[in-house]
Amino acid sequence: MAETTLAPPEVQAETLLDSNELVLNMGPQHPSTHGVLRVILKLDGETVLGTDCVIGYLHRGVEKIAENRTFQQFAPYVDRMDYVAAVSNGLGYCMAVEKLLDVEIPPRAQAVRVILTELNRLASHLLWLGTHALDIGAITPVFLCFREREEVLKIFENYCGARLTTHAFRIGGLQYETYDTFEKECLEFCDLMEQKLKEYHDLLTGNRIWVRRTKGVGILNAADCKDYGVTGPLIRAAGVEWDLRKAQPYCGYENYDFDIPTAETGDTFDRYMVRMEEMVQSCRIIRQAVDALPEGPIKGKVGKVIKPPPGEAYVSIEAPKGELGYYVVSDGSLNPYRVRVRPPSFVNLGALDKMCRGSLVADVVAIIGTIDIVLGEVDR
Amino acid sequence: MPCEPWEGDLPAALQDRFGERLGRVVLLGGQKLLVADIAAALEVLSCLKQEHGFDYLVDVTAVHWPDKAEQFEIVWTLYSYSANERVRLKAALAEGQLAPSVTALYSSANWLEREVYDMFGIEFKDHPDLRRILMPDEWEGFPLRKEYGIVQQDSDWVRENLKIESAQ
Repeated sequence: MAETTLAPPEVQAETLLDSNELVLNMGPQHPSTHGVLRVILKLDGETVLGTDCVIGYLHRGVEKIAENRTFQQFAPYVDRMDYVAAVSNGLGYCMAVEKLLDVEIPPRAQAVRVILTELNRLASHLLWLGTHALDIGAITPVFLCFREREEVLKIFENYCGARLTTHAFRIGGLQYETYDTFEKECLEFCDLMEQKLKEYHDLLTGNRIWVRRTKGVGILNAADCKDYGVTGPLIRAAGVEWDLRKAQPYCGYENYDFDIPTAETGDTFDRYMVRMEEMVQSCRIIRQAVDALPEGPIKGKVGKVIKPPPGEAYVSIEAPKGELGYYVVSDGSLNPYRVRVRPPSFVNLGALDKMCRGSLVADVVAIIGTIDIVLGEVDR
Repeated sequence: MPCEPWEGDLPAALQDRFGERLGRVVLLGGQKLLVADIAAALEVLSCLKQEHGFDYLVDVTAVHWPDKAEQFEIVWTLYSYSANERVRLKAALAEGQLAPSVTALYSSANWLEREVYDMFGIEFKDHPDLRRILMPDEWEGFPLRKEYGIVQQDSDWVRENLKIESAQ
């Protein structure tokens, strides 16, 4: 382990001779690190002076693998990055290659993509809510959230046979037509979800322990969010009304009526409220998409062999965790020359140190939970 | 891929200021792309941030072109919240040449530049904490260089730390 530099020199000078100073290692095997994240904490008593993240335990070289696979062969690999929101990963990658190919996606495929992506956003937020509450000490929500998430996974399973790493989309559109009761099940799930969200609010929103553990904890204001490149629910909780689905609509999101929930202070409680409201908005989008689901083909004009002309494109989408971007370079061959994934979890985790400094050691757990990281995506 | 000249106030202002140091100012497949000299890159980025409101550094990455004289291409992606506009800046870099660090302009550059260093071995001048981020600190070699094989590994490191003959 190389020597780590944690606090700025002036803080170090102040605390160098202080006997209270302690370096505490948290993880990589720690239940609240959501995978294998190691955080080296520098503490003065209970107060965090600085943190250093050690990541890479799940590094599989996804970007290297891409260069050694064809464009289609690489598509299932992206699901293994953010494995709780595999559909979003797949959407971003397919859209980037489609941009290189300059191919039009039929409206039915677009609408089904929106439905599945929003269902996946709900599944991702449910998993976040359950584990985040669990980290803070509320045991019940995780069982409820997993119960509802199961319904989403059932829809995925009925649609494409897989529950988590779905590989639901193909370059150019969809592989599978929807099944007979697809629309009905989606609408039923929205009904269920709206009812259950009330239950979660009853459990947590007014709960005094929950409020005291989250209010004023891990504040990241709008200016810092922009400085650290933090996106998604974190920047919205800091009061910036910015969502790529509205700012630069893709996949037909401009056709749906939905709001961007925001909050003001950018603390852990605000991020909780923003994500809760996002689930409501996702249900709204799913309802509209199901109601107006167009008929027609599900695949654009894409050949069996995908060989984009030489060029490059950066395409990004609003994944559940923030801006997920794909920078794909083609040299005109069957394999991508370079695929760069701009992962929201990795960039958002970069702000952990900023959010933790000055807070209590117990809050670090709450802050890691509120960033909503998936280590598969941080490490790729 | 369709490539057309990028016209408007912003490209005109940049071309006025940087002249020949800005190689290309184009719309590549509709996406705004600037190509600059590596020596001017920091100044261009600073100008984009401070004078044109590009307050969000989305990504820093690199592409390796082993056959070119200047092997590496560094790619910065910027976004402006106020203008809802995205710009990509590229600059070519030879092996061993230092890239400018933009950590003073954007805090997000810290980890992103560390990853570029980790994967390509490109060093950033004035980076406060340039060390590996995803690979182990003692790892030999830079995996995203083209000459690095798909099953290649640092066998000594694997033997020493994982106590196995091969990770493959």
